[in-house]
Amino acid sequence: MTNTKTTGEKKNFLTIFYEELSKSSLTIIILSIISGFILGGILVILTTPEVYQAFGRSFGEGLSASWQIVAKTYSSLFIGSFGDPAKIKVAFASGDSTAINKALSPFFESLVVTTPYLFTGVAVALGFKAGLFNIGAEGQVQIGGIAAAWAGWTFSGLSPWVHVPLAFLVGAAVGGLWGLVPGWLKVKTGAHEVITTIMMNYVAYYLIYYLIASPFRDPEEVVPKTRWVLDSAKLYRFFPDFNRFHIGFFIAIAVAVVVWFILFKTTWGYEIRSVGKNPHASKYAGMNITTVTVVTMMLSGAIAGMAGANEILGVSWRQSQALASGYGFDSIALALLAQNHPLGVILTALLFGFLKSGSRVMQLNAGVPIYIINILQAFIIMFIAAPAIIRTIYRLKTPSVKEVSPSVASLSEKK
Amino acid sequence: MEKNTQPVRVNHFKAFMAGSRHRIMGIFFILVAVFMRLVLTNSLDTSAMTTFATNINDTAIQIPNWTFNSRVGLDVISLLCIGLGLYEFIRGFKKATSLVLGIMGVIIVLGFLFWGASGTSISFTGMLAVMVIRAVPITIGALSGILCERAGIVNIAIEGMMISGAFAGAVIGSIWGLWPGVLAAILMGMLLALIHGVLSIKYKVDQIISGTMINILSTGLTSYLYIKFLQDAEYQHLNESGFFKPFAIPLLSKIPVIGPIFFDQNLYVYAMFILVIVLWIGLYKTRWGLRHRAMGEHPKAADTLGVNVFRTRYLACLLSGAVAGFGGSYFSLGSVGRFEQTMTAGRGFIALAAMIFGNWNPVGSLGAGFLFGFAESLTTKLSLLRFPIPAELLLMLPYVITIIVLGGVVGRSRGPAVGGTPYEKESL
Amino acid sequence: MPPILELKGITKRFPGVLANDHIDIQLNKGEILALLGENGAGKTTLMNILYGLYKPDEGEIFVNGEKIEVNSPIDAIRAGIGMVHQHFMLVPVFTVTENVMLGDEYTKWGGFLDRNKAAARIREISELYKLNVNPDDMVEDLPVGIQQRVEIVKLLYRNADILIMDEPTAVLTPQEVDELFAILKKLVDQGKSIIFITHKLREVMECADRIEVIRLGKVVGSTKPADASPEILANMMVGREVELKAAKKPCNPRGNVLKVENLTVMDMHNHVMVDDVSFEVQSGEVLGVAGVQGNGQTELVKAITGLQTPSAGRITLLDKDVSKATPRKITEIGSAHIPEDRQKDGLVLASSVADNLVLNTYFHPPFAKGIILQRNAIGSNAVELIKKFDIRTPGGSTLVNYLSGGNQQKVIIAREFSRPIKLLVAAQPTRGLDVGSIEYIHSRIVEKRDQGCAVLLVSTELDEIMQLSDRIAVMYRGKILTTVNAKEVTKEELGLLMAGVMPTLKKKKVDDTQVRELIT
Repeated sequence: MTNTKTTGEKKNFLTIFYEELSKSSLTIIILSIISGFILGGILVILTTPEVYQAFGRSFGEGLSASWQIVAKTYSSLFIGSFGDPAKIKVAFASGDSTAINKALSPFFESLVVTTPYLFTGVAVALGFKAGLFNIGAEGQVQIGGIAAAWAGWTFSGLSPWVHVPLAFLVGAAVGGLWGLVPGWLKVKTGAHEVITTIMMNYVAYYLIYYLIASPFRDPEEVVPKTRWVLDSAKLYRFFPDFNRFHIGFFIAIAVAVVVWFILFKTTWGYEIRSVGKNPHASKYAGMNITTVTVVTMMLSGAIAGMAGANEILGVSWRQSQALASGYGFDSIALALLAQNHPLGVILTALLFGFLKSGSRVMQLNAGVPIYIINILQAFIIMFIAAPAIIRTIYRLKTPSVKEVSPSVASLSEKK
Repeated sequence: MEKNTQPVRVNHFKAFMAGSRHRIMGIFFILVAVFMRLVLTNSLDTSAMTTFATNINDTAIQIPNWTFNSRVGLDVISLLCIGLGLYEFIRGFKKATSLVLGIMGVIIVLGFLFWGASGTSISFTGMLAVMVIRAVPITIGALSGILCERAGIVNIAIEGMMISGAFAGAVIGSIWGLWPGVLAAILMGMLLALIHGVLSIKYKVDQIISGTMINILSTGLTSYLYIKFLQDAEYQHLNESGFFKPFAIPLLSKIPVIGPIFFDQNLYVYAMFILVIVLWIGLYKTRWGLRHRAMGEHPKAADTLGVNVFRTRYLACLLSGAVAGFGGSYFSLGSVGRFEQTMTAGRGFIALAAMIFGNWNPVGSLGAGFLFGFAESLTTKLSLLRFPIPAELLLMLPYVITIIVLGGVVGRSRGPAVGGTPYEKESL
Repeated sequence: MPPILELKGITKRFPGVLANDHIDIQLNKGEILALLGENGAGKTTLMNILYGLYKPDEGEIFVNGEKIEVNSPIDAIRAGIGMVHQHFMLVPVFTVTENVMLGDEYTKWGGFLDRNKAAARIREISELYKLNVNPDDMVEDLPVGIQQRVEIVKLLYRNADILIMDEPTAVLTPQEVDELFAILKKLVDQGKSIIFITHKLREVMECADRIEVIRLGKVVGSTKPADASPEILANMMVGREVELKAAKKPCNPRGNVLKVENLTVMDMHNHVMVDDVSFEVQSGEVLGVAGVQGNGQTELVKAITGLQTPSAGRITLLDKDVSKATPRKITEIGSAHIPEDRQKDGLVLASSVADNLVLNTYFHPPFAKGIILQRNAIGSNAVELIKKFDIRTPGGSTLVNYLSGGNQQKVIIAREFSRPIKLLVAAQPTRGLDVGSIEYIHSRIVEKRDQGCAVLLVSTELDEIMQLSDRIAVMYRGKILTTVNAKEVTKEELGLLMAGVMPTLKKKKVDDTQVRELIT
């Protein structure tokens, strides 16, 4: 399968996609997600005072209140993610383009939220494939973002065709640097990347804190914020009056495909996967572990940096005081759920992105804090990582072959 | 066998660089000393004086403040650095390297302090007192990590256990009082550790993944509950636990300098010291400790002698969780008296670095905790001084130090042999 | 008098394999019983059941005529059964005392360890059985022979009457083996009974009172050394005629392939592991490096294959200096390597057979065009090699993890042999394999040598070295003591050399009396 040209690729892409996906234990994945939702629903029921009051009145009322709150939660989640089905129907029926755009906006907004997860999920999955635990996505995203912002306002008079790639690359480069340091430390000193990447997150956080407070500060703003990015660096938006859907989404998909291609179709990818599975044998076979580890870590950081660039250049156009957005741990959940497969990450990123996007409406309408999503993630990870639990619950048969689950080296691993 | 008459290249350079790490460190120390001498000392007035205030509170004997010429002080430091650096370069300290690294860190920091405080006075005793306080979550976290890892289970969920402990402590503390709050925190930690244990031991999930999951669950759950309830005015009473006030140990707290630092603190500081001692005795002097450590070195050996690997490991998890939960309650019940969302700020992870730096030894963790605690106390002080580095960047200090520590120490230290892999019973 | 130990009808099934098939064994008091069988025959499984590490599906165990339930090692220990495993169960960072008393500690004031009491007891036992073990030593500092004795002390500390020893001689020099047998005889004199698991025919003949042969999970024969010979035993073990000595054409060396001069290699703690070593290997000959594990062979192989840079000396391969070359460069010049630890260093277990078969050639055409992998070529290569080397696997995409040890080794051999190679470095190539695989691998090695390849064979199995080598170099403490012609040396002489003793070698065989004189 050596065709790389564009026209025939769409079909091949889908077939490959389907094949790759069906090799994995799909049932477990789906059941894990469903079980996660069920557990989340139970949690919501348990933490809603109204339900207790209803039970106080009668069991039937209690049940109905429970059902109502769960239904409200998940339906607001759905509406927040996709849009209100009722409104959409009406809009299409009327044929009014403004109405259609408005009705579909939540859907497109969800795509906007998904985009950074596409990047970071691929970044983390790539790291896992090489046996590296990159929890630094958080910091890499932030630092890539501010670097891209800087490139966005510093260079004027450039055409968007030059400026946008330039800013993206700057973001990727700085993100790559943030990945390089832990990677290099790991090969040279054995320092475990779990801790070093987390530390780099805090370094990034405070560095940005400082940058926004003084050198990069917008003099016209009271609250510390950076200057605006120039128009020539902004990512193209498709529906500028209604939502923020921008071209970054497609860039992210492209990156995912490229990483997939590298991992499974090239000699570099062969080396990465080999080192990830068994560094000793890879060394014996002549591969350069140091290079593979450092370069992969750097690439992982660079891709995460692109997520930051994407957010700045496509969404906010400037950086306010950094908020911890939870990309770090979220992307781990994403990657694990997709079994570290870049194409699978596209699907799981969509899932998480839509969930997150819808969660704001959910918090508004149903009063359920957005953090339920994190809790859901944790449950889903647990189910995926320990398939035996799902099997016990749903009484599935154990497969005859052992599952190869992702595994990472310990903190005190000696070289 | 015929003798080979051609001369063979002997790789002198390779042999020389074989011990390269300690030579690099030696050079690093010397460079720091040179930097100090040239840059820092020269920027000061020859007559500038630095004062270290030594008295806080009431001590039996009041020691005069320690005032000295800044430049002289810096020179002394530079000489020390050069001396240590030369020794490290030529001979290398080998096993004592962690200790020397720590001492070097302290000396260098002192040097910066001399410089930064030149012309004014800073409360040295006060700084040390803060150091001890700030060391608490890190040391206790490291102890929690030691408990788990020594038995062969990697625990990166200390952060999650701590924040849950902080939450449980704050809420239960508000309802029923401080001590029940502590108990709740301990139980919460144990519960999370049990989940980690079940996943790692019974379901053989990769321990880092299961630890990550607990972290996500903890932060998610505590934030969820906080936003749902604690932010509401209606439920404010659930988040007003108050905190343990410091109390002075009679007599001992009157000793100058040492008194206020070690003997006039709150419950958590005393608990930290007690835990370090208890754990040290427990691990190295008792039967429980021997079996516990065997689990992390060669569980199969213990298994063949009839020691129950699974039970020992579950116990280790529970103990680890209890300690972590207790450590977490420090943030609420031992400090601000309520729960806030990002209270732990990564200390659970710094605790892991402290554990590694301390060589998986309780006393070592105490030392490492002091180091990080000192860094934190430094950042607060430095921003008060006329330090040219912006305050925000100084806040990075503990985290940067962690990275440097990990880079310099790991690889030389020996952790438990087993860690991260589940125990397979039927595989000889 | 009933036998001190009796196993009746022991059956154990693992997924896909019947490890023990209704086995009956008896052990009489004061007897040394040898359980003989090839790798994978089920001997270790049987003993693990006896020691409580596995639960049998069927069968019963009787000690002194009474039935006992053995659900865990504690039960076995209580019944007076002790086991010394093939891979030592010692914690390297604990002292001898701590290792011995683990699980059965003397305590004072509640839970505090009483190390002194335990140490005293250990000294007592050591005296009584002349084991020479010092309680305060750190186990990781002890030589392997002494470590084994610590294991024995562990059993005696717990008053074991029935001692099981699983492949105890795997890591010992011939001299240490003799010492071990002396200890076993002393134990038996004191009333202990011993079961001895092994696949080494000669030792069984020397040491055992009785022999039970196990094959494919069943007891297939019972005999005494007086009534048997190595050939008969081998036949019983494998079920057919076994060529104990592979037929070999005379050696025809042509030209230098590998030249090692004044090689010095350090380990990571800066100890000298290979000390000023020089030798040559010619095309068409097998140079065997004999020696007990830990005398520098591992580091020697690492230096020659490029995994470690020597600190002094030169290595020349086909007239090119490869002292500092990377493993890849050395492979490209024409070297092949069968590593000691096949699962760690030779294979990526989580990858497919096909991927493993191109582990060092994936970047060459036809397996890659530029940086693009050619999956078809990789696939058809796998099909070809699986057939040619008779690798038992469902297919090329099966994960190597699921293959048996012998087939895993075949994957490595298929991979290495399918390139044009001039030098083969084989380290412990048949460790842990069944007789069939061993025969296969030996014949392929000899075949390569006949094709003109230079072979460097590193092995702790003296039989293998003597069978396959044309010349033998003995390594001891990092030095090569001497290099001799394989045909002109005896096993006894090699044994002495491996222990560091340099007897004066004459061109004819040294007879037994002279050897004994040299030892004492």
